Amino acid sequence: MTVLAVEFQSNWLEILQSSFMQHALIGGSLVAVAAGLLGYFVITRQNAFAAHALAHIGFPGATGAILIGAPVTLGLAVFCVVGGLLIGLFGRRVSDREMATGTILALATALGVLFASLASANASTTTSVLFGNLLAISDDQLLVFAAFTAAVVLALAVIARPLVFASVDPAVAEARGVPVRALGIAFVVLLALTITMAVQVVGTLLLFALVVTPAATALRLTARPALVAVNAVALALVSVWGGLVLSAMVDLPPSFFIVSLAVLAWLVVLAWSGRRLRSPGPPLVDAHHPH
Amino acid sequence: MTAPAEGRPPALALDGVSVVRGGRTVWSQGTFTVRPGAVVGVIGPNGAGKTTLFQLALGLLPPASGRLEVLGAPPRRGNRRIGYVPQSYTSALGEAVRCRDLVTLGLTGGRFGLRRTSAAERARVDEALARVGASAYADRRMSELSGGQQQRVAIAQAIVDDAELLLLDEPLANLDLRNQQEIVRLLGELHREHDVTIMVVAHDLNPLLPVLTDAIYLLDAHPHHDEIGEVVQEELLTHLYGTPVGVVRTAQGDLFTRAAWRDPQR
Repeated sequence: MTVLAVEFQSNWLEILQSSFMQHALIGGSLVAVAAGLLGYFVITRQNAFAAHALAHIGFPGATGAILIGAPVTLGLAVFCVVGGLLIGLFGRRVSDREMATGTILALATALGVLFASLASANASTTTSVLFGNLLAISDDQLLVFAAFTAAVVLALAVIARPLVFASVDPAVAEARGVPVRALGIAFVVLLALTITMAVQVVGTLLLFALVVTPAATALRLTARPALVAVNAVALALVSVWGGLVLSAMVDLPPSFFIVSLAVLAWLVVLAWSGRRLRSPGPPLVDAHHPH
Repeated sequence: MTAPAEGRPPALALDGVSVVRGGRTVWSQGTFTVRPGAVVGVIGPNGAGKTTLFQLALGLLPPASGRLEVLGAPPRRGNRRIGYVPQSYTSALGEAVRCRDLVTLGLTGGRFGLRRTSAAERARVDEALARVGASAYADRRMSELSGGQQQRVAIAQAIVDDAELLLLDEPLANLDLRNQQEIVRLLGELHREHDVTIMVVAHDLNPLLPVLTDAIYLLDAHPHHDEIGEVVQEELLTHLYGTPVGVVRTAQGDLFTRAAWRDPQR
């Protein structure tokens, strides 16, 4: 009896060229781009919990879609966008938002369990929502991914600068006439689209590793918003590609490797920047100090 | 020390203004004029509506009644002639921006679409950072700076677009004595060299007294405006703060207030 069967597959290069792997590479890359770009804003807007919750709010969308025979992506997208708008309605104060988010999250998860039970969805369907199933990405899903990622990239090209202003400095941005609230709603919709995709790649439970971790890693390296976005996209892409290659080599779920690589990069940068911060840097002096 | 005001409209003019927030009248019968080039302390107890006055000027809150003009025009959001530093400015900012980025946002942050910051814009950012003495740490993250340094960067962001009116909400809160004096000195420089009208919300008048020309005090739910010398009076301040306040005038002409309450045990 084999308890642990991890075996190196010498034909991994062939596996990588198979059509399901090609789908996975393209789909995963599209998600990595959108997630990497939005990560900076998720962090500066203190929306990490909301991002996590949105993924769970997608769960009843997915199981509900199975229940009524609709596409899973559609169910996910509808629930994520509506859930995001609801969370956005609950004020800007972080404490209020956290309570509302947590409550909506609990309700959504309960609905998800109900729908899954009503639809008598088999365990593997539920598992693929919770942990993602990158290796089963269809042509239709790829088209949707391409459209969503294009929407995120184009929208950010237009709103990136005021969105940075509204995210890091909301009070001044509002006084300067930046439409802070409208930008917040636009951001939540973009985030919901990205999460709809990411859930299908790494799943509800592991989504953090694509949406937040690469940006958090990039933020340790630089504080220039544009550079953070570029670095986060690169980190997310490397995680997805590396995860798929490793998955082809040993035939284990890509989610595991994608998340592990993202977390590994984060830990390495954390250790490196921690050491750098502890070492004495140049003295910080007030240039205006008269003495 | 007063800048010539001829031909320029008042920085702020209120006529019978009242403000209502959440169904409660915050204050009413606001009638006063702030001349251009003044340095005005806005004082009053907590919750008296000092910040609310700024929100009126910024067009973030409409007056419930009365007329209001800022720099000769009705208030409107996004008025580039006003620079604003909100209270506890830095609490929302983590380590996600460099000082330079933050000041740049004050210049271009409202602009939609893709366009690189131009060389001319970068030069203006550098100049604003130099003017507040923050050039040495322009490339550092906000979270790495001391409170006084953060406040300087915030002021640089407020003046980078050549604001004519600066609104500063508690800029000295949480600063030690030395940093308080440095910020006050900076405000004095901006006032003298660039003829900026400055309004400062403060709960403690003392550190600001060297630069203030006027004060607006919120007493009994009405704003009052007067020259600073008329405001720093024991009776008025005691009434205003609801606790005994003394006024001391030194031989050198320095003026300061002090808490007049003494511990009877000592």
